Amino acid sequence: MKTPDPTTTSCYHCGEETDGRTLRSDGKTFCCQGCQSVYEILRSNELCSYYTYNAAPGKNRQSSEIPAYLADARIAATLLDYQDDHLSKVTFFVPGIHCSSCIWLLEGLHRLNPGILHSRTDFLKREVKISFDHRVVNLKEVADTLAAVGYPPLINLQDVVRENHSKTDDTLVRKIAVAGFCVGNVMLFSFPEYFGLSPFEGNLKVLFSYLNLALSIPVVFYCGRDFFTSALAGIRQAKMNLDAPLALIISTLFLRTLFEVVFQTGPGFADTLTGLVFLLLMGRYTRQRSYRHLSFNRDYRSYFPLAVTTINEGAERVTAVSDLQTGDRIRIRSGELVPADALLLQGAACLDMSFVTGESAPVTRSSGTVIYAGARQTAGPIELEILKPVQLSYLMSLWNDAGEPANGKSRSFNDRIAAAFSLVVVTLAVGAAAFWYAAGDQAKAWSAFTAVIIVACPCVLALSTPFTLSAVLSVFDKWGFYLKNTDAAEQLANCNEVVFDKTGTLTTSKGRRVNFSMSLTMGERQLLTALAACSLHPVSRQLCREAAFLKLIPVEDYKEVPGRGISGTVAGHQVCIGNADWVFGADDQSAGTHLLIDGAYKGSFSFSADWREGIAKLAAALAETAGIHVLSGDTAKDRQTLKKILPPGTRMRFGASPHAKLDYIASLQQAGRKVIMLGDGLNDAGALRQSDFGIAVTEDVNAFSPGCHAIMKADALAYLPRFAGLASDAMRIIKWSFVISSLYNCLGLYFAVQGTLYPLVAAVLMPLSTLTIVIFTSTAVRICAAKRRLSL
Amino acid sequence: MNILYFLVGCSLFMALVFLLAFFWASKTGQHEDTCTPAIRMLLDDELKKTDEDQVQD
Repeated sequence: MKTPDPTTTSCYHCGEETDGRTLRSDGKTFCCQGCQSVYEILRSNELCSYYTYNAAPGKNRQSSEIPAYLADARIAATLLDYQDDHLSKVTFFVPGIHCSSCIWLLEGLHRLNPGILHSRTDFLKREVKISFDHRVVNLKEVADTLAAVGYPPLINLQDVVRENHSKTDDTLVRKIAVAGFCVGNVMLFSFPEYFGLSPFEGNLKVLFSYLNLALSIPVVFYCGRDFFTSALAGIRQAKMNLDAPLALIISTLFLRTLFEVVFQTGPGFADTLTGLVFLLLMGRYTRQRSYRHLSFNRDYRSYFPLAVTTINEGAERVTAVSDLQTGDRIRIRSGELVPADALLLQGAACLDMSFVTGESAPVTRSSGTVIYAGARQTAGPIELEILKPVQLSYLMSLWNDAGEPANGKSRSFNDRIAAAFSLVVVTLAVGAAAFWYAAGDQAKAWSAFTAVIIVACPCVLALSTPFTLSAVLSVFDKWGFYLKNTDAAEQLANCNEVVFDKTGTLTTSKGRRVNFSMSLTMGERQLLTALAACSLHPVSRQLCREAAFLKLIPVEDYKEVPGRGISGTVAGHQVCIGNADWVFGADDQSAGTHLLIDGAYKGSFSFSADWREGIAKLAAALAETAGIHVLSGDTAKDRQTLKKILPPGTRMRFGASPHAKLDYIASLQQAGRKVIMLGDGLNDAGALRQSDFGIAVTEDVNAFSPGCHAIMKADALAYLPRFAGLASDAMRIIKWSFVISSLYNCLGLYFAVQGTLYPLVAAVLMPLSTLTIVIFTSTAVRICAAKRRLSL
Repeated sequence: MNILYFLVGCSLFMALVFLLAFFWASKTGQHEDTCTPAIRMLLDDELKKTDEDQVQD
């Protein structure tokens, strides 16, 4: 058991260096008030085992304010999973979960708060399911309990509209179970037939064949139903898909088995039938394979609050964001998001518009102007009047404007080949039947017709794509690249344009590096950071983030004038940060943000973009096969730097609004290009959705990223050319497996056209060809991955 | 060979029981989270009064 030695200067709770300034409690050191108070809470509740499972388990400790609107019963009800007269159940997303201590503590919440009855953690999803007695505690108090021990839940609008994926997944698993059950038993009952039964055992033969028939009924009508519905839907839309020939084969197999068993003319094909359906369902399952802890369908709701404060005849109340009506008056406090397009009525708005425009510098607005949804207020409280409901606001129209998700647009290789395949099979079958009919052997005509259809089964074709692509997906996820599904891998292979967002994609998500014009001592930086920590202005927050390792000192006489600057007394020093006008008094218009400590000028500072490493190499590698574009919501200030980094011929566009980004992608697509879009924020969401393959680049894959086809860890960005290369290798592998499966089909056809297909041949050919393909695809993908230096 | 009829019935019945057991497991969500239970079993359920002493050792 590892426990940190209390004499060292690292924090007992979070393990951070305490930097000399220590808080002590029970002979343990703490880096800050926050860590200490969590410890006090745990100690008073005898929950100190928390510290025994891991050293410094609080290293992900977060502190954030739980929104007050959770106390409102109507708002809380939208978040609850279940409620009866005394019991409520809720699922919270807790980003701080990272180790076994977290699980232990979160599952012991009932010791901290008697109103909490039970809690269960899902480690991968970072979720906690909590049952509580709502007569004792309300939802806000439950969330506060979590926040008090350093695990504040993240609450946003998307939680209310929870998608239910698990249900469809479950039925497929159940179908596979039924099919597996049937195929196993059918195999057992078919063996006697293969090995030959003596004449005394005629009764057994009849019994087994009827049992086989009985077992294939649920396989066809329950497990195989999807193939029929999908084939019918395809035919109705005059688009042949791979399910059409599969449905034809399943029904042929079943009808022939039915006839043979009822009229006792043969053993039937129950084994081939059940085996086929089982394998096909396995293929579907592989195709649906997804990362249960990642979400690819997020939209603006993940970023928006659940409720806002509305003012009705002078009285404040809480209203759910979705209930906001045109004409409602709302009050937005510092740090809150404007949830819908609104007219500014009162107060000085200093807005961070990075969600809407991607431009990070704040803008000031005076009353009477329209403020778009997604703007974040950074100064004092403001009052606004709603102009449009949330769903109709400017930013949300991104989701209405973007075309159908790209997956629906292009048909996969399988579907394209299915039509040709079906035609050939039907022609061959009719031809064989006609030949035997002309030769006067009606029984053989019927058996040749059905046998051709059975043997030409595109089973392997239906399996090779999901198996190959899922092998590719597992290579990708080892390297920090998570695809939404296997279909997405096929899209990736076809792309020939790459569009980058600038901020957060080409630059690190921190975005900027601070440059001081005069060198400062550590002590001076500390004073600045302490002052900047009081403000929500983006520049101040940036300054704080840069100096995250510095500990905070209390500030007195804090003063903030939006749009000008901040000042205050820190540890006895008078500190002043702001524009020239604020720092030197009037008349001075020199640019930049200036510093003044105890009346002495300490120069100015500015931020420069912090480019990701290896961008130049990445772009050069991509430029070999695709066109490179940069779309930025920012001003053109980085154009010259980018020109130096990126290969010649790169097209750049600055000052692009989210809609302009979307239109840019759409215009490329209209020119017949397939587009990969890499972005990170809400302002790229429309473009990500419109593109043929949208990649959300993120430092933390569990953090919220906008809806996309794939989520990529930022440090995997450099491997993008290899990923794309492997995806196109995979398409080649799929084509090769089609050739292999055709060889098997030809072998089977040799027996089939002669009308002498014995069930045993069919029953052996099918699993054999499937096995070949599974081995072939997985080895081939491994070899290709190793060649592209992406080995597992 | 009449015993075969009985045995066939038995084997089908047994297989059905397993199938239903699988359904039950999947319906009660036992396949939903396969990661956390593995960690949970390593943690102590009961709280010891001597937690503090252990920490100081």
